[in-house]
Amino acid sequence: MEIRVLAATGVLGAGFKVESLNRGIALEPTFIACDAGSTDSGPAYLGSGKPKLSREACARDLRLLLKARDALKVPLIIGSCGTSGRDVGVDWMALIAREIASEERLHFKMALIKSDQSKAYLKKRLAEHRIRPLFPAPPISEQVIDSSHIVGMMGTEPIQAALAAGADVVLAGRASDSALYAAIPLTLGADPGLSWHAAKTLECGAACAVVPAADCMLASIRDGHFDIEPLDINARCTPQTIAAHTLYENANPFLLTEPSGVIDTGQAEYQARSDRVVRVSGSRFRAATQYTVKLEGSQLVGYQTVVIGGIRDPYIIRALDTLLPKARAFFDARIADLFPGQLTSNDYDISYRIYGRDGVMGPLEPERNSTPAHEVGVLITITAPTQELANKIATFVSHVSAHLPVPEYHGIISSIAYPFSPPELPRGAVYRFSLNHVVEPDDPHEMFRTDFVEIQP
Amino acid sequence: MTTLFDLCSLIRSKNAGPFVLTFDLMFSSKENYERAKRSRPLTKGLLAAIYCQREDDITLVYHDHALAIKASMPRPIFQGELQDGDCYGGQQYVPLLELEVV
Repeated sequence: MEIRVLAATGVLGAGFKVESLNRGIALEPTFIACDAGSTDSGPAYLGSGKPKLSREACARDLRLLLKARDALKVPLIIGSCGTSGRDVGVDWMALIAREIASEERLHFKMALIKSDQSKAYLKKRLAEHRIRPLFPAPPISEQVIDSSHIVGMMGTEPIQAALAAGADVVLAGRASDSALYAAIPLTLGADPGLSWHAAKTLECGAACAVVPAADCMLASIRDGHFDIEPLDINARCTPQTIAAHTLYENANPFLLTEPSGVIDTGQAEYQARSDRVVRVSGSRFRAATQYTVKLEGSQLVGYQTVVIGGIRDPYIIRALDTLLPKARAFFDARIADLFPGQLTSNDYDISYRIYGRDGVMGPLEPERNSTPAHEVGVLITITAPTQELANKIATFVSHVSAHLPVPEYHGIISSIAYPFSPPELPRGAVYRFSLNHVVEPDDPHEMFRTDFVEIQP
Repeated sequence: MTTLFDLCSLIRSKNAGPFVLTFDLMFSSKENYERAKRSRPLTKGLLAAIYCQREDDITLVYHDHALAIKASMPRPIFQGELQDGDCYGGQQYVPLLELEVV
């Protein structure tokens, strides 16, 4: 048995070399897959439903993959469409696919697998104690479910079902990256440990190559091992880079949890087949006794306006620790005065981040008390229940912050240099991650919905 | 004094999901890795102290094939919270660079 898995790139829209894809096509892969999303860029994408990468960038990659699929007549699987994998992300990707099909005169059967979760379903499972926190999860309640946009992360099963029903192209909502690559090998009866480990290695494309790149990778899964190589002929991978990829964005490199079980790479062996191909064997998959689907949730926090400036005067930099609390007290009084009965101090947040002192590590900064920098950057963040309120508060926050009462000076000075006019930058809605839980469903399919569309040019 | 920075080809921090911060220390040679594996410059106790975490909440493993040490812990501030200044968790490794390796 040999199953050849072509991973297009780490994330659809990041790009890949046409030559690499062509080399992959020449090797006749069993199927092509690519992930299109992540939570790594923060809660805004799941909260707003907006994709991180541009339509043009996604369309460029998708066009090449749809044409490659058409030439080979093999399945194409795209997961976590539109960054968050929300239903709107799948619909967005489907629209792009339709346009490409029309322009390129392509014909295929497309499956759209949706992963938005109904609040009623989640509340039922919560009441049945079939939603469990994953450490370190924040507390969850019906209120969290009501106020969050929540997706479930699908395993291989809904993808396998869509393919069994004849789909040529699968556009999936939120999905385990590895499931996109493991679905077909598992259906074809490949060893689960090798299939999952190959899938896990492929999910970031050529990120595990030397030099790491947004590019194509190929894994050939056989009996007893898989071989993996970058499809850029000038790129390499080594036993160390392939082994090290299990470290990337995971908490534990030896035990990687999927909906249907755990990938155990503890006994895996990595061997160089050439200076650019690595052979992996000994990977295990331990099937779980209880199937679990991970939930991701994003909750609106408020609306934000930011002010960016810089301070050069050493007397002001030294006095910031005493000046800023005074400024805050002034703002609280001013807000109570201007918006009586509308805003309590719990409804808004005004924060200063001082770059050049502890802007990146905050209270964990080990050099917090070292000699002050000759210049610091100031980021003021105003968060309020509406954009209008955030903007209004920001106008006096920026004004007052620029006229701090510096003890050494008598008379008014400008204490912060603002590069912009106006200095206040409205940033829109801000979100937070609200869930880190798993559901125990009755079966792997019940949380996902699949529609089929026949695409004609 | 030899530091982790001297022995590693890459030291990074990263999100492992929105709630976990993870550190990868890749050594530049088997010899350097074995030296660190022997002398254990990085311990759960040290990480707990630097990042204000409970020692029991920290995972610390040595990966012989990857020539790497990996440590994971609850994110000191969850990703995307108002107080979070590092959305990708990418600049939190710096206190580890100058740790001494005997």
